[in-house]
Amino acid sequence: MSPAQELTALALREAGDAVAARRTSSLELTEAALARIEKVDPGLGAFLTVSAERARAEARAADARAARGERRSPLDGVPVAVKDLFSTRGLSTTAGSRILEGYRPPYDADAVERLAAAGAVLLGKLNMDEFAMGSSNENSGYKPCRNPWDPSRTPGGSSGGSAAAVAARLAHGTLGTDTGGSIREPAAFCGVVGVKPTYGRVSRYGVVAFASSLDQVGPLARTVGDAALLLRTVAGHDPRDMTSSSRPVDDYLATLEGGAKGLRIGVPREWLAGGLEPGTEAAVRAALDTYQQLGANLIEVSLPHSRYGIAAYYIIAPAEASSNLARYDGVRFGIRSPARGLREMYGDTRDRGFGPEVKRRIMVGTYALSSGYYDAYYLRAQKVRTLVRRDLDQAFECCDVVAGPVAPGVAFRLGEKVEDPLQMYLADVFTITANLAALPALSVPCGKDAATGLPVGLQLVGRPFDESTLLRAARAFEREVGIFPAPPEVE
Amino acid sequence: MSLSLDEVRRIASLARLKLSPEEEERFAGQLSAILGYVEELNEVDVNSVEPMTHALSAGEAPALRADEQRPGLGAETAVAAAPERAGTHFKVPRIIE
Repeated sequence: MSPAQELTALALREAGDAVAARRTSSLELTEAALARIEKVDPGLGAFLTVSAERARAEARAADARAARGERRSPLDGVPVAVKDLFSTRGLSTTAGSRILEGYRPPYDADAVERLAAAGAVLLGKLNMDEFAMGSSNENSGYKPCRNPWDPSRTPGGSSGGSAAAVAARLAHGTLGTDTGGSIREPAAFCGVVGVKPTYGRVSRYGVVAFASSLDQVGPLARTVGDAALLLRTVAGHDPRDMTSSSRPVDDYLATLEGGAKGLRIGVPREWLAGGLEPGTEAAVRAALDTYQQLGANLIEVSLPHSRYGIAAYYIIAPAEASSNLARYDGVRFGIRSPARGLREMYGDTRDRGFGPEVKRRIMVGTYALSSGYYDAYYLRAQKVRTLVRRDLDQAFECCDVVAGPVAPGVAFRLGEKVEDPLQMYLADVFTITANLAALPALSVPCGKDAATGLPVGLQLVGRPFDESTLLRAARAFEREVGIFPAPPEVE
Repeated sequence: MSLSLDEVRRIASLARLKLSPEEEERFAGQLSAILGYVEELNEVDVNSVEPMTHALSAGEAPALRADEQRPGLGAETAVAAAPERAGTHFKVPRIIE
């Protein structure tokens, strides 16, 4: 390994410690990351914008602090990147959509502010499905993103760039968002750790809205501890988001090494009842065996309404999206198509700016909310959402976490599901439950599919605001089996 | 569940989306499939079930802040990203003929 490669190979906390101990500098880390992005990303497509000059300036400031013996946080001086859904002041923010091409927000998202306050260095903005709608990153309005384990496959989505950048060692950690699985599925497909916190744990201020009652910000990193540190950095009350919780943020790292002995793990019988690819099922079952060897108790539970999750989700999310995306009208930001009248301007702008999946979801949502259909679709879906949550509440009466697969199979091939949107939606069957129930959940790599050698993720779902137990459980597994390796070098 | 082309056009108009004839055809099929799939929600007994109208956990109801005057973005910043502007106004096509 070259010295630069050694730097990009450092995990998040190792990198922060190296800066603080002055074994390396933030600028060296940043230059190594920028050089690797320049070399690897043309074939990967993880970044939509690289903010090299801003990153260098932030790195120099971090180095000046380190020289004075100051350290803002364990993240001080560490290069990270965020999904292009996060508003960044003066820096292109597209949400993966052509309709926001050229848009530079006047303010930073709360999570971006918190990263900056912690001293992290922002390398740039990451590729994603347009407006976070998709499970493969193929709905990006700009370019596809590829899976670092196999460039003919998708990295998952919608936070595809966030997962690919971590796996390919382009950034030490990233932020994504998860509305129906958009952090956990790409984390599983790319072999990294991804956390969707409890709804309300991280502020949504400055995050371009998709489905406001489901959207949640979370970290992706190479290790459980690094994800815990990132989550701790961005979590906390923000008066600018009325759904932000004022509960104190737990010290996830303090309880991280607590092990899995005595942990009660609920295994939903519906989640292992068939329909999984054999290699995925084998890896998930092996992970459950590992937990048993670590002293955890496996308890069969039932989530009878989880099978209705996709149907409820694909009413609620499009309905909220159709309302949220009404703001893209060619007046205040983004692109405008010239037209004689206002109606034509709206229609032409939205036709040119939105891709097919976004239009499809706006159509579904508009239909579900239209006069005469509201009770049959939206209201019914909201009631089913209550039942999905009740199933989980009941399971948590006898267990501490619920475990199962993240996705039915490994990363699929680019183009495989593009023509059949419903097939694409079914990939979200296991992740959607936690969004509907507003509960915390994570994906931790649990092995490789024997047939393809591609990563498989184990999903853990927890009680409201009990991210500590989730992270401790994931860490116990990671400590036992080892940190998941990097993909083979793509040259 | 089958959506007619007229219904597709009506929804597109409500959503201020301009669709090409090919898109109308494609969406009629795809939306019919999606809406057909979600019909499985009708299997669930939702009698006497309250809708989950927000995602906050019990006891997480947001506190209202004091209604005080605070600085905003300012007009110049607010219009800075507009595709067309006149001074500190957003410029739009003629609305009244």
